[in-house]
Amino acid sequence: MSTHRFAVNVTPKPGILDPQGRAVEGSLGHLGIDGVSAVRVGRRIELTVEADGEPAARAVVERLAAELLANPLIEAYAIESIAGASSTTGGSSGAPADATAVGAGEPA
Amino acid sequence: MPVRVGVVVFPGSNCDRDTVHALDQAGAEPVVLWHEQASLDGVAAVVLPGGFAFGDYLRAGVIARFSPVMRAVTAFAQDGGLVLGICNGFQVIAEAGLVPGALLRNRSLRFLGRDVHIAAERLDTPFTHALAAAGQPLRMPIAHGEGCYFGDDAALDELETARGVLFRYVDAAGERAADDDRAANPNGSLRAIAGVISPRGNVAGLMPHPERAAEAILGSDDGAGIIRSLVDSAAKAAAGESPIAVGAR
Repeated sequence: MSTHRFAVNVTPKPGILDPQGRAVEGSLGHLGIDGVSAVRVGRRIELTVEADGEPAARAVVERLAAELLANPLIEAYAIESIAGASSTTGGSSGAPADATAVGAGEPA
Repeated sequence: MPVRVGVVVFPGSNCDRDTVHALDQAGAEPVVLWHEQASLDGVAAVVLPGGFAFGDYLRAGVIARFSPVMRAVTAFAQDGGLVLGICNGFQVIAEAGLVPGALLRNRSLRFLGRDVHIAAERLDTPFTHALAAAGQPLRMPIAHGEGCYFGDDAALDELETARGVLFRYVDAAGERAADDDRAANPNGSLRAIAGVISPRGNVAGLMPHPERAAEAILGSDDGAGIIRSLVDSAAKAAAGESPIAVGAR
């Protein structure tokens, strides 16, 4: 088994109303910035998957993204591997840094 | 014997007691269904009440959709059982695909809590047959941040063709609200859609709160007809009659 870290980027589909994006765009004038348009606001979910190899891990994330993280009626998603964060488990020192951080963040 | 109507309670539901009260007033025996239970306890209809199930994290309704009780509700609905989703309950059944469409953030980006008017598009459904007339404005409150009904043009056309629009936002005179009429259609719902019904006619959802406008003491009893329709239809279903036959489609 190995652990793999992914990010799922969920964005409103083209043509979908995005009032958040519009609000952000509307605020740009207050910063004195010109030339910025088509602002879209989405969300990014990062997660670690333990599976038998990268393709199997990606398949899990694919299912998660399609069924839970994004609503296919209104949102598109893209899955990316987060480089350097994946590793093979088995040794006590083999856990990825961010996975260790999550564990260390649990209340004692 | 009063008909048993279930009210699902998720962590974060906050209109469950109001819904129980309104069902009781309409002559039903309300049955509280906890989100962890996998059985519906033999109820003849289910109401998914308003609130913020599971904090509305990720998207309103989506986490609730995967709870054990929703597996039972989905099977019940697929079997022709009567399901009404109100506000957050509408968001849950939309996420679960039991009714078409999605509820987006209000165009104002603001949470909106105030009275609106809606009108039923049709009376031949288990949820509207006790209303006095189609097109008559019904005053009741909304209380939501994500109530902007959305579907793409093709989906909306299909919805209209299938007579899937159950309620639309109207002004006080009963005139259909424009998409950009923030007074009458405050969340900016496309085609002023406030509520929809499934193609089979046994699952419906709406953003406004009929249970909060079901008695004169609440300022309006315009919502009572919706609750009464559901209870009557549930009683018919419990007696073995097809609730859809209330109004032949």
